[in-house]
Amino acid sequence: MSAVIGIAFGNTSSSLAVANQDGKVDVIANPDGDRSIPSVLSYVGEDEYHGAQAKAQLVRNPSNTITNFRDYVGKSFDELTHHETVGAKVIKTANGQPGFEIAREEGKKETVTVAEATKRHLKQIKLAAEDYIGKTIEGVVITVPTDFTAQQRIELTNISNDAGLKVLQLINEPSAALLAHLSNEPERLQEDKIYVVSDFGGVRSDAAVISVRGGILTILATAHEFGLGGDKLDQALADYFAKEFQKKYSTNAKSNARSISKLIAESIVVKKTLSNVQTSTCSIESLADGFDFHTTINRLRYELTARNVLSEMTAFVEKVVKKAGLETLDIDEVLLVGGSSNTPKLASNVSLIFPESTVVVAPSLSTKALDPAELICRGAALQASLIESFDEDEVKESLQPVVVNTQHLTNPIGIKDAEGNFQSILVAETAYPIKKSLEVTNGSESSVIIELYEGKRTVKETVIEAEQDEDDSDDDYSDEEPEVKKEVVYECGELLSELCLKDLKPNSKLEVIVNITQNGTLHVSGRELKQGAVAVKGEVTF
Amino acid sequence: MSITLPSGTRSETFKAVHKYTEPTRRPIEPVGPLFLAHASRTLRGHTWSEFEKLEAEKNVTVVQENGDDDIGDEDQDEDLLAHDPREWKSADLYAVLGLSKLRYRANEDQIRRAHRKQVLKHHPDKKSASGGLEQDGFFKIIQKAFEIMLDSNKRQQYDSVDTNADVLPPPAKSKYDFFEAFGPVFESEARFSKKQPVPLLGDASATKEQVDEFYNFWGKFDSWKTFEFKDDDVPDDTANRDHKRYIERKNIAARKKFKQEDNKRVIDLVERAHLEDPRIKAFKDEAKKEKERKKWEREAGSRQAAEAAAAKKAAEEEAAKKAAEDAAASKQNSKKAKEAAKAAKKKNKRAVRGSVKDVDFFGDAAQSAGIEEDVDYLLEKFSDVQLGEVAAKVTGADAATVKQAFVDVAAELGVSSSLKYFK
Ligand SMILES: Nc1ncnc2c1ncn2[C@@H]1O[C@H](COP(=O)(O)OP(=O)(O)OP(=O)(O)O)[C@@H](O)[C@H]1O
Repeated sequence: MSAVIGIAFGNTSSSLAVANQDGKVDVIANPDGDRSIPSVLSYVGEDEYHGAQAKAQLVRNPSNTITNFRDYVGKSFDELTHHETVGAKVIKTANGQPGFEIAREEGKKETVTVAEATKRHLKQIKLAAEDYIGKTIEGVVITVPTDFTAQQRIELTNISNDAGLKVLQLINEPSAALLAHLSNEPERLQEDKIYVVSDFGGVRSDAAVISVRGGILTILATAHEFGLGGDKLDQALADYFAKEFQKKYSTNAKSNARSISKLIAESIVVKKTLSNVQTSTCSIESLADGFDFHTTINRLRYELTARNVLSEMTAFVEKVVKKAGLETLDIDEVLLVGGSSNTPKLASNVSLIFPESTVVVAPSLSTKALDPAELICRGAALQASLIESFDEDEVKESLQPVVVNTQHLTNPIGIKDAEGNFQSILVAETAYPIKKSLEVTNGSESSVIIELYEGKRTVKETVIEAEQDEDDSDDDYSDEEPEVKKEVVYECGELLSELCLKDLKPNSKLEVIVNITQNGTLHVSGRELKQGAVAVKGEVTF
Repeated sequence: MSITLPSGTRSETFKAVHKYTEPTRRPIEPVGPLFLAHASRTLRGHTWSEFEKLEAEKNVTVVQENGDDDIGDEDQDEDLLAHDPREWKSADLYAVLGLSKLRYRANEDQIRRAHRKQVLKHHPDKKSASGGLEQDGFFKIIQKAFEIMLDSNKRQQYDSVDTNADVLPPPAKSKYDFFEAFGPVFESEARFSKKQPVPLLGDASATKEQVDEFYNFWGKFDSWKTFEFKDDDVPDDTANRDHKRYIERKNIAARKKFKQEDNKRVIDLVERAHLEDPRIKAFKDEAKKEKERKKWEREAGSRQAAEAAAAKKAAEEEAAKKAAEDAAASKQNSKKAKEAAKAAKKKNKRAVRGSVKDVDFFGDAAQSAGIEEDVDYLLEKFSDVQLGEVAAKVTGADAATVKQAFVDVAAELGVSSSLKYFK
């Protein structure tokens, strides 16, 4: 007996999940009871610590504590663009690989390469999964950020296989998160929508614009911002506390590394607490110069303190929409992912930049939203259970560029109705091959024309009359600008073809079918929906 | 609300006007259930329609994979081979293709393969070459059958009237197992349902809901059967328009009649099954029992009171009986006691009388008459207690004691003066 799992491997934390054949997903807690497992290893003498226990060592034993190493996987030391400042220092090992120098028992030095650290980390995850499921883990789907290079993907696959976790597939984090979200309700996968998936982690932020067409996901744009994430929020909060401490005791709480570590550790706790409740206490024993620090902070104060970081995050979401050549109006849903997406202010800031028609999915806005920190590993688990039943060769074949690189429709295609409006059949960004049909009628006419058009995007503006409460007599400030509701409307653009249906009885049921083959030929046909009716057909090319 | 198309008419039925905008090539994300479907479409170069068909056929072939190689290998009998090609409609078209086993279950691939085999076997060139008669009658029927089977509309019309594929219900008066006999009938009939899947008869273990669902569904059975296949041929010549219209009208009327008859047939079938279904009977019995049980429960209150009253009465009777018995018994006891007392008294009297004689009248035999007189007198006066006491004192005692006892008791009684000896 064996099982397959999905793993989300982050710089800050990792999580793992298992899905059954019905699509039910369990996020697995490690033996410490953590579902969000810090991606941290720490060494004290001959003992190895992992997860939360290792992270706790950052205060007392930072130089032997390895953290934030995920992004280094598959890179040589010289290729690193940023160096982690927390925990053990990154060094260049003998073969040019990045690594860490750790003091072990009896003053012995051990060099742990990034590959080795990753392997040890994955082994711990494997243990946690086997402990929970009670079966050996045969295969895994691991998620990576979209900017992971081919080299990094190969290296991670090798490391994981080495750790005894056979990689079935590596998939992109935003796609995994979106898959989990789409699978959470039965019909969602079939809805043609454009999503922004925005992942706010600990040390970086990632975003992707993804179109979903007929259940096929296509990434339209991605954005990455290193250094923007939860750690920056912790930093802002720590600075605030340090100032208060300075005022109270005239002592600098950031004068030594140990005090800083204590301050940061408590700031993380306070930050998470404020995601759930309005006020939090903060207490640190012997923070600096032997002074204990006790204070309380409310959510509003925290939000003001972290204002700059939060608006950077919001701007980051806006940026990815622009990169996709779209406007916020074009986005149907924004899915907030990553631990930092639990921050209520972040969710509300993000919803402010989108029109009302755009749904923002975050726990503070909807109780139905899945835990943002778990979305990625859930998606990975679902994918693992999907491909588990396929041959290895079949999966490999499916991942070939010829399969994956696909033509996508640039403009929507549809027909003109009797009122002259454009009625879409295929939306933009639909991948080939595709076939879709639309049911229509001839009304009272005996002969009708199916005019196939490309849609042309326009923005319709409707002024909404300021709502006037009737029983509200004091007509105070009417200086508010009238609200303008904008929406994207497609009009008939280029006429592609005409098809004529004749000799129809009034109110017959008709069907228009548009079918684009692999090579891009567009077949259009129209027919009466009755036995024996002959379809009228034609072809259009690009 | 459905979309209405603009009116208009064109001389050509189709006109391509303009190319559509150049598509964009992008990678799609290899995740999710629909990606794998996309991959198989792309890898095998299928159009969407082909893909849909393959997916549908996959289900069929899975069931019939075994022994699929000998498809169409059946031999046609002499009658069929000699069938008049002008009368092709009355031939068994599945048997013509060697598919008399699969029939409506045959998929397109199987039909093509069977057809190829028949062509090889019955092609006129081949027959004449092997010395057979130059006859292409049967070959014509094969081609006709193939044409029908590949056109989904025509095939449906043929399947509607292909009674060879039907499973008939058992003759009414014969002996049969209900489920064995009717199960296959409904299974076969189910293929005509517009709504799929169709609930099947099931077996004796079915729940009431399942059985109800079954009869509900079949009570409203909506079949797609059509009867165009039985149409009389409409004459091609345009000369006799009236006759043509007449035939057409006749055909339409006939189709309607066939359809009605067929609907009635299904209704009758369902009714008969319902009537004979042992489960229905069981459910009815159960319902009846349940009703009785409910009634019984409903009346439990008054019944309990009645029971209590009866019990009370029985208890009372029992008590009365016991009392009577006790009384009788105690009566008996007192009688016995009395008799015992009487006997004791007699014995005591005898002892008292005897006592004086035993001590030889105190050595004074001359006085014996007077002594005995006194004793008798005293005995008369004695209470039962005194009698007992005196008897106890005097029995076996010496003369003095006896004498003293008498003197004492006489004094006690205050009768000393009336006595002769014991004064
Ligand atoms: N409830 C919460 N409220 C606010 N922030 C939270 C909450 N839970 C976790 N976080 C923060 O989320 C961050 C970790 O996010 P996540 O686990 O998604 O990281 P990650 O996937 O490893 O990302 P990266 O690779 O960018 O570090 C941490 O900064 C953590 O403090």
